Amino acid sequence: MIWQAFLAVLRRDLMLAWRRKSEGLSAVFFFVVVAALFPLGIGPELDVLRNIAPGVLWVGALLSSMLALQRLFEADYRDGTLEQMALSPVAMPLLIGAKMLAHWLVSGLPLVLLAPVLGLQFDLSGDALVTLTLALLLGTPILSLVGGVGAALTLGVRGGGVLLSLLVLPLFVPVLVFGAGAVQAQVSGLGVQAHLSILMAMLLPAVFFGRLASAFALRIALE
Amino acid sequence: MLTISHISCLRGHKPLFAPVSFSLQPGQALHLEGDNGVGKTSLLRIICGLSPADAGEVLWNGVALNRQYPEVVEAFRVALCYMGHNLSLKDELTAVENLLFEAQVSGRSLSCDKAMEALRKMGLNNRAHLPLRVLSQGQKRRTALARLSVTDAKLWILDEPFVALDAQSLDNLRALLANHVQQGGMLLYTSHQAVELSQSDGNAIDVQSVRLVAA
Repeated sequence: MIWQAFLAVLRRDLMLAWRRKSEGLSAVFFFVVVAALFPLGIGPELDVLRNIAPGVLWVGALLSSMLALQRLFEADYRDGTLEQMALSPVAMPLLIGAKMLAHWLVSGLPLVLLAPVLGLQFDLSGDALVTLTLALLLGTPILSLVGGVGAALTLGVRGGGVLLSLLVLPLFVPVLVFGAGAVQAQVSGLGVQAHLSILMAMLLPAVFFGRLASAFALRIALE
Repeated sequence: MLTISHISCLRGHKPLFAPVSFSLQPGQALHLEGDNGVGKTSLLRIICGLSPADAGEVLWNGVALNRQYPEVVEAFRVALCYMGHNLSLKDELTAVENLLFEAQVSGRSLSCDKAMEALRKMGLNNRAHLPLRVLSQGQKRRTALARLSVTDAKLWILDEPFVALDAQSLDNLRALLANHVQQGGMLLYTSHQAVELSQSDGNAIDVQSVRLVAA
């Protein structure tokens, strides 16, 4: 019964994302455009491009995930689905976890898959591209989980979008530092294991506490 | 059995309504009356557990619904079917998909055939596979009410269920509610219209009423 509810939420959110494709695509398109504009603006100086690539791609991923975050709970809050989830005998953090997973599959995973292609524009080496993809694979779920807490806290607040950025972007700083740092460490030959381990160490508590904190914040928003 | 004991609710620093107490036994229907803005919806949300009460408590089978007894809260939620002003329907999904999702999220299993059957009863059989955004307001409400005929919940808490329905749907709903109560279910609803709950054979069931008064 529990996993049936989890799968139902996951399937429904993916189906909704599929039926309003423009919303999901706009965030991905934003990421592509941001990453493509930098090489055009800076010019063909490969050394500079190689140096800024991890930072640019990571900042692009952060901003693009912010775009999708604002809508994470908005529709369910307005049409009352969130009330039904709060009243379900199934634990709310689990249902919220399904929503966050769907959110990551729609807005995070495409970034991970696109990053190596975009990285080519910055003349990153093959190893650096692999590191970049791995770091994004570990880092983007943290953005969905931590960002989800922010989205829950600012739910129903007027001008919530700006507040959400102010609330959440500072929390993304460690992910940005270690995510972009992983690629730089790889390029400079330091080895990436430390950075990736730290990203993993941030992801695991985020999986646990992100859902609990969001469910708690959503119950307050519903009162 | 649902017992409401001296519930009151504050808005700002002022009490919204005078403390209210009542209880609801299996096989009983209760009509919550009151003027606009007196706090009927707030009271229903408190009973469901969506909002906290400022005083008093809600008891389910004699045990208070709070954090101390999570298993009682879970049993209460299994038994509860709440329909508020928001219908919790998604415009992008079809009526059947909405109905199936609703059941799965509340931990019930529902087959596609049963969902279709419920929609047919509500007169929506040729609309069941259309996205909800092309349906009228009344048809959306009927989709939401179709949930009642597939749920096995014992306690139905309905906020203004009779709004925006045509005569035929109203009859269907009255029969559905009467049937639920006769089979030992509990029903708590608000309504500004005096609607008799009766089966198609004309047997009306007794409905108690509780009036909320402003404090």
